[in-house]
Amino acid sequence: MSPGIVQLAQELRARKISAVELAHAALARARTRSDLNAFITIDESAMLTAAQRADARLATGAWSTLTGIPFAHKDIFCTRGVRTTCASRMLENFVPPYDAGVVERLNDAQAVSLGKTNMDEFAMGSSNENSFFGPAKNPWDAARVPGGSSGGSAAAVAGGIVPFATGTDTGGSIRQPAAFCGITGLKPTYGRVSRWGMIAFASSLDCGGVLARSALDCMHVLSAIAGHDPRDATSVPRAVDNYNAALSTTLQGIKIGVARDYFGAGVDAGVGAAVEAALREYEKLGATLVDISLPDSAQAIAAYYVIAPAEASSNLARYDGVRYGHACSEPQSLEDLYTRSRSEGFGAEVQRRILVGTYALSAGYYDAYYLRAQRVRRLIANDFATAFKSVHLIAGPTAPSVAFKLGEKTADPLAMYAADVNTVAVNLAGLPAISVPAGFSAGLPVGLQLIAPAFAEGALLSAAHHFQLATDWHAREPRA
Amino acid sequence: MAIDHATVRRIARLARLSVSDADIPPVADELGRVLGLADQLAGADVTGVEPMAHPHEQVLAWREDAVTEGDRADAFLALAPDARGGLYVVPKVIE
Repeated sequence: MSPGIVQLAQELRARKISAVELAHAALARARTRSDLNAFITIDESAMLTAAQRADARLATGAWSTLTGIPFAHKDIFCTRGVRTTCASRMLENFVPPYDAGVVERLNDAQAVSLGKTNMDEFAMGSSNENSFFGPAKNPWDAARVPGGSSGGSAAAVAGGIVPFATGTDTGGSIRQPAAFCGITGLKPTYGRVSRWGMIAFASSLDCGGVLARSALDCMHVLSAIAGHDPRDATSVPRAVDNYNAALSTTLQGIKIGVARDYFGAGVDAGVGAAVEAALREYEKLGATLVDISLPDSAQAIAAYYVIAPAEASSNLARYDGVRYGHACSEPQSLEDLYTRSRSEGFGAEVQRRILVGTYALSAGYYDAYYLRAQRVRRLIANDFATAFKSVHLIAGPTAPSVAFKLGEKTADPLAMYAADVNTVAVNLAGLPAISVPAGFSAGLPVGLQLIAPAFAEGALLSAAHHFQLATDWHAREPRA
Repeated sequence: MAIDHATVRRIARLARLSVSDADIPPVADELGRVLGLADQLAGADVTGVEPMAHPHEQVLAWREDAVTEGDRADAFLALAPDARGGLYVVPKVIE
């Protein structure tokens, strides 16, 4: 298995390897696997400078667990002086004058960024095929998608380029690509990680998090990036738990609710079987399984595909060709500048969602669509609250299928949206969830999703970690 | 649900997106299908259920009305497609 954060950190501190050597190895691996199209921007000189600084810190003993560890940022996090595109022509040449909160945190931890990973444009998509820079590929089968929207981050980790990458999850964009690529992906509680400098898609759902090779590694990254940021008004002013200490909690006496609604007709038999087998393993480890129902989750896709586009249409109104981003040439009027800049700058799916959101918010339709979706959102959140009165965690398949083929769903937006069927409810309720490798179906990775009550990341990570101590699905790697 | 062509034109105008005449029928069809998905919401019983705008019902944070950053106008204006004399430049609005 490619070394994870913990092993690399030990080798760095024992001076068996230097941060500069690790940086060169990551750059070489990124070149070898350029076929994955996992990166939009690689900043070699910035990486080597950061690695030298990390080596200096390691020499003084003033290190953190992440000091000198190579990683990558999803290209949705603003990086001062490094172009940040959100995989859009609109921001093709945008070089932010500031760092996102998550970027600052990982800089402070002296982790060493290789660059910016590919994604669906403005995080809108479930396959990474909506990128202006072309799709990223799945390291298990290059004819298949890595999932989305954090597809480049998942491909970079699964492809052995970096041990972890940042991601964002608005409707499943960390968990579904983690499942498709056979890695671990953590979406924290809404508000636990700063959204400052994270380019907005749907502000009441957007959540920063991490993709890595194990729950243990996710724990170390979450410990670095979690916390209050006064620059994000929705960041929660609450002390960060000691996630490392939480890992010592075993599965003895843990009650896991099995969300039968997530094993519905749309779930592939092979996926269902792998997840059932993983649940048996949880039983062996001391957990109790209880079937539960989340009846209103059946409405989650419908509610999500009103709320997310509505918020997106509002957020993306800022791209006007005036202040930053793409501007059309020779505008004839202010309206022409707005309209042509936006039509040239945004791709097809982003335009589709802006139109859907504009419709849902327009006079005469607001109550029937947006307000109604918000009422259903509360029903969905209430289902979870009721379930968590009797169970500690909820489990089910992360995605209804394994990674599908490139081009398989691009012609039909609704087929693509259905890939999010088991993940969007978590975002609507604002809960933390993790996708853990749980086996294979037809040679492709399957993800088990675990969901916890708000701010119970410690319990979530612990349940994933103890499963990974007993199984080796997370240690499996694609050939090449 | 069916979305007529005039509605597509009206929504596109509100969103400041141009949809060519040739693209109107396929866009109308796609919007109709996506909004058809949303029409499933009509089946939910939401009597007496308050709309939920946000995961945590926290009161928005307040802060002192004080300068938190220095003057970085030049750094931000440098991103603009066209800026002169410390101002963003747009096409003439008043004839």
